[in-house]
Amino acid sequence: MNPFTYSSVTAVEDAVRDNASHEGAAYIGGGTNLLDLMKENVARPTHLVGLNKLPLTAIEPTPEGGLRLGALATNADTAWNEEVKRRYPLLNQAILAGASPQLRNMATNGGNLMQRTRCYYFYDTATPCNKREPGSGCSAIGGFNRIHAILGTSEQCIATHPSDMCVALAALAATVRVSGPSGERTIPFEDFHRLPGNTPERDNNLEPGELITGLDLPAKGFEKNFSYLKLRDRNSYAFALVSVAAALELDGNTITDARLALGGVAHKPWRDQEAENLLKGQPATPETFARAAAKVVEGAQGYGSNNFKIELARRAIVRALKQAAEGSQHASDVFLNSNP
Amino acid sequence: MSTTNYIGKPTSRVDGPAKVTGAATYAAEFQVPNMAYGWVVSSSIAKGRITKVHADEVLAIPGVLQVFSHENVPSLAWFDRNYKDDVAPGGSPFRPLHEDKIQFNQQPIALVVAETLELARYASAVLRIDYEEEKHETDIEAKRDEGFEPGTGKSGWMPPPPPRGNPDKAWAEAEHRIEHEYVHGAQHHNPMELYGATVEWRGDKKLTVYDKTQGVVNVQNYLTKIFGLSKDDCRVINQYMGGGFGSGLRPQYSVFLAVLASLELKRSVRVTLTRQQMFSFGHRPHTLQYVKLGTNPDGTLAALQHHALHETSQFEEYTENVVNWSGMLYQCENVKLGYQLAKLDVFTPQDMRAPGAATGSFALEVAMDEMAVAAGLDPIDFRIRNYAEQDQNAGKPFSSKRLRDCYHQGAAKFGWDQRNPEPRSMRKGNRLVGYGMAGGVWDATQKKAAAKATLTADGKLLVSSATADIGTGTYTIMTQIAAETLGLPLEAVTFKLGDTDMPEAPVQGGSWTAASVGTAVKNVCEALGEKLLKLAQKMEGSPLKGASLDEVEFVNGQIRLRQDPANAVVLRDVLQASGETKLETDSSAAPNMLKQANHSMHSHNAVFVEVEVDEEFGTVHVTRVLNAVAAGRILNPKTARSQVLGSIVWGISMALMEETVMDHQFGRYMNHNYSEYHIPVQADIHDMEVLFVEEEDDIVNPLGVKGVGEVGLLGVAAAITNAVYHATGKRVRELPIYLDKLL
Ligand SMILES: Cc1cc2nc3c(=O)[nH]c(=O)nc-3n(C[C@H](O)[C@H](O)[C@H](O)COP(=O)(O)OP(=O)(O)OC[C@H]3O[C@@H](n4cnc5c(N)ncnc54)[C@H](O)[C@@H]3O)c2cc1C
Ligand code: SF4
Repeated sequence: MNPFTYSSVTAVEDAVRDNASHEGAAYIGGGTNLLDLMKENVARPTHLVGLNKLPLTAIEPTPEGGLRLGALATNADTAWNEEVKRRYPLLNQAILAGASPQLRNMATNGGNLMQRTRCYYFYDTATPCNKREPGSGCSAIGGFNRIHAILGTSEQCIATHPSDMCVALAALAATVRVSGPSGERTIPFEDFHRLPGNTPERDNNLEPGELITGLDLPAKGFEKNFSYLKLRDRNSYAFALVSVAAALELDGNTITDARLALGGVAHKPWRDQEAENLLKGQPATPETFARAAAKVVEGAQGYGSNNFKIELARRAIVRALKQAAEGSQHASDVFLNSNP
Repeated sequence: MSTTNYIGKPTSRVDGPAKVTGAATYAAEFQVPNMAYGWVVSSSIAKGRITKVHADEVLAIPGVLQVFSHENVPSLAWFDRNYKDDVAPGGSPFRPLHEDKIQFNQQPIALVVAETLELARYASAVLRIDYEEEKHETDIEAKRDEGFEPGTGKSGWMPPPPPRGNPDKAWAEAEHRIEHEYVHGAQHHNPMELYGATVEWRGDKKLTVYDKTQGVVNVQNYLTKIFGLSKDDCRVINQYMGGGFGSGLRPQYSVFLAVLASLELKRSVRVTLTRQQMFSFGHRPHTLQYVKLGTNPDGTLAALQHHALHETSQFEEYTENVVNWSGMLYQCENVKLGYQLAKLDVFTPQDMRAPGAATGSFALEVAMDEMAVAAGLDPIDFRIRNYAEQDQNAGKPFSSKRLRDCYHQGAAKFGWDQRNPEPRSMRKGNRLVGYGMAGGVWDATQKKAAAKATLTADGKLLVSSATADIGTGTYTIMTQIAAETLGLPLEAVTFKLGDTDMPEAPVQGGSWTAASVGTAVKNVCEALGEKLLKLAQKMEGSPLKGASLDEVEFVNGQIRLRQDPANAVVLRDVLQASGETKLETDSSAAPNMLKQANHSMHSHNAVFVEVEVDEEFGTVHVTRVLNAVAAGRILNPKTARSQVLGSIVWGISMALMEETVMDHQFGRYMNHNYSEYHIPVQADIHDMEVLFVEEEDDIVNPLGVKGVGEVGLLGVAAAITNAVYHATGKRVRELPIYLDKLL
């Protein structure tokens, strides 16, 4: 960890200004990811702009009938917010499937979007990694890649985005609100994170110095038929090997609207609109679900230790859609919830 | 000699309040004046040479005091024997900073010392090291054909016994046969507390060393031999430990480096390792095992063969008893056991909870399950048909063995009769349900240990011994033994440990502390009792005059006549009448060879497991575990139960999660943190039950205890593997059982 300076800001403009005035500055929210990376010498900011006093902790209705989640609201406060629980239970479940209560109490919504991959090599400065040091090579390809991506990979990087919350946000088609040196803008959630391509060092499309101020959820919350299914190596406090956010709107047994996004399989939360289209207008049957699942994994590629994810993802999609259709199973944890 | 009953009663930890309130101070928490901080720099390659340490660059940073490396390390003891600690295996122990040679990845190659921890950490991050890399080999698969039989090994290790009968022929002619390979990767102990040492410089080469260790005496011996210190000038203290599991049996390089820096800088120094560095030393070795079993038509074992090959470093021959148990657990006339090592460019493996037996019992007990299936027998019935009435390895009877009761009582309590033997026949919702069982055997060992007891005029007893409490409950059971022996209330007794100024005790390991230190504590209290009786008899009008030790008992703070309890003397009064402010005794205890020599002494267990498996996802949930343990007398059912519960969790971990994954491109463990090296969390643990089968044994030691720190782990991973087979029909032979192995 390198020496750094720290300031705490109380207004968004000050945050952006303070950040711009320090070469190599970084924002810090809960610090649950950034501090680890600093201790590992992976992140080496010269200056930290502390965000926790910004007036961005509110969770409030939007004029469009949706809900705005402040960037500095904690993951815990967001998950347990009454409106989130009532209108966006998929988001509640996804957040609660992630990390641990202690981490969720510290982690902020902005930080959750910005958390970096858990690729072992990215974390270990003794090994080459294109994301950490562009051009040095990707150790995971040909290495130990059990937790790595099967969709949207490149020859430069096969890392995944590790968030659970973001998978639900992708499914719900949230909008990211940002403020930066050149003013404010909004970014549709699907365009926020990037695929690695030839620039794996860039996780997302935020411009340098831009600050996330909030997340807007559209009015539609799929509160009746949804499922967040997370498969992992232990029942809590582990990142997803594969996770699925499934949300359906049903008219009788006919699917009138559908959302399908996956975690743990790509460099970004993987929403598949083509698969969603295969669901829409169809009966909610295992066959329909299987078709959608097959579509999602159509172009999937394994890298050795993660080959199993392709089949696992296919099965998880079918199960999650089934659970969503039944409206009975809102499992953040496969085990605990089906064994009341 | 007494009738109060603390022994055998569930008693809460006497050290519990100190631990949960933060009053307990751990090695790296001691505050001493004028401290400097050391940060260890670890190599980023597995093999090669350091060509340059660019120390000058970081020494230029204000506040950086020194960079220690092979380039400037002072000359220290020359011979290997000086670096050999009490539990070192054969070979040449690793000497930190000794030379430019790199022998394993994450090798400590420099220590940066600075005025603050943050500065030391920063300086170590920017310290440039030049290497000349050489090709490494870290994959045991590449060394399958290069296994060799170890030489002397470490203390407690025994080469496998020679073959008996005609194992090859018997196997070839057996009615039913199985042969399979069983594998698990490297596992690291990963106690919560990081290794660290605070070395207090008391002037003139006098040191007090607060070190995280399972044996202060071992660390003191090690340090004094290497640094040429006298024992008086090198006091080693460790009163509390945030977990050890074997990782603290040998002195860690953190204490070596802290002492080195302290002596060179003539100032107090602290060195703490990082979580990543906790993966840079001993571990349970990656082991390949091959088992062949064959049965006769009556379901008895016709042949048993068990061979193991595991990794060791290039410089030491780490040994553990992996296969010997197989010649002892079941009756069989045709047995062949083999044990080999393979040298890799890794650090020397190290004892990890039930070393060898956890590994061996996994392979043997899964193989036994496979054999039972092949022979069409119930796995418990199969084991009982092959019950060993004596230890065939040693040709001796067991001092006691209630394993049969473990099978019977355990099976009854677990509800084994509810099991449909057909795999995939039991379901709960969309889950497959499976029952599995397994068991194991572990040594009941007593070592020489000493203790001291002091009774003060206020009636308080202080007992001490330089042993350790790595979380096992040592403080508590020693307090119970002392209170019981001298008839004092628990609150009047204090037990202290972990200080080389105290009477010598062995490292805490091998489940021998209760037997070894417990007997010493009993002895020293009895000796003190004898002194007290003599003094009491000198008192004016003493009602105890003429009474022999056998005729009195120590109860309720009094010495009284057994036959006539009204005739009593209060202990406090004895001391007062004698005019002394305190009464002190030293004593030690050693195994009674006469009694023990003709017996084989072991603890046993049988584990019963229920799993639920989601067939589509391959996720395994261990919903129920019952562990039936026969381990002699249980001194404290509460702390003993905790030990076995911990073992069950450990076994679930071993079966389903734990593996330190080596990337052979780099010869480096890659999941070296708590986020990616998985151990169970609360959500993974469900019903656990511990059943202690009563077992009396007056041969093992005067207390009749066998120790419970390790036996509970045996067979847990095997029982889970067997239950998974029963649930799914899939036999996994390589741990951990990740979900993808069942897809
Ligand atoms: C052991 C462990 C297990 C975990 N398990 C899971 C899991 O299972 N599922 C899961 O989803 N997550 C998991 N997490 C990750 C956790 O969710 C993230 O660490 C957390 O959400 C990050 O939020 P933070 O506020 O602490 O971010 P910080 O650490 O403060 O910051 C992270 C990054 O975001 C940037 N940043 C922060 N706020 C803003 C902002 N408003 N605008 C722009 N940039 C910003 C920072 O500069 C930094 O680069 C785990 C973390 C740990 C340590
Ligand atoms: S997968 Fe990406 S993050 Fe991991 S080593 Fe390769 S480039 Fe680095």
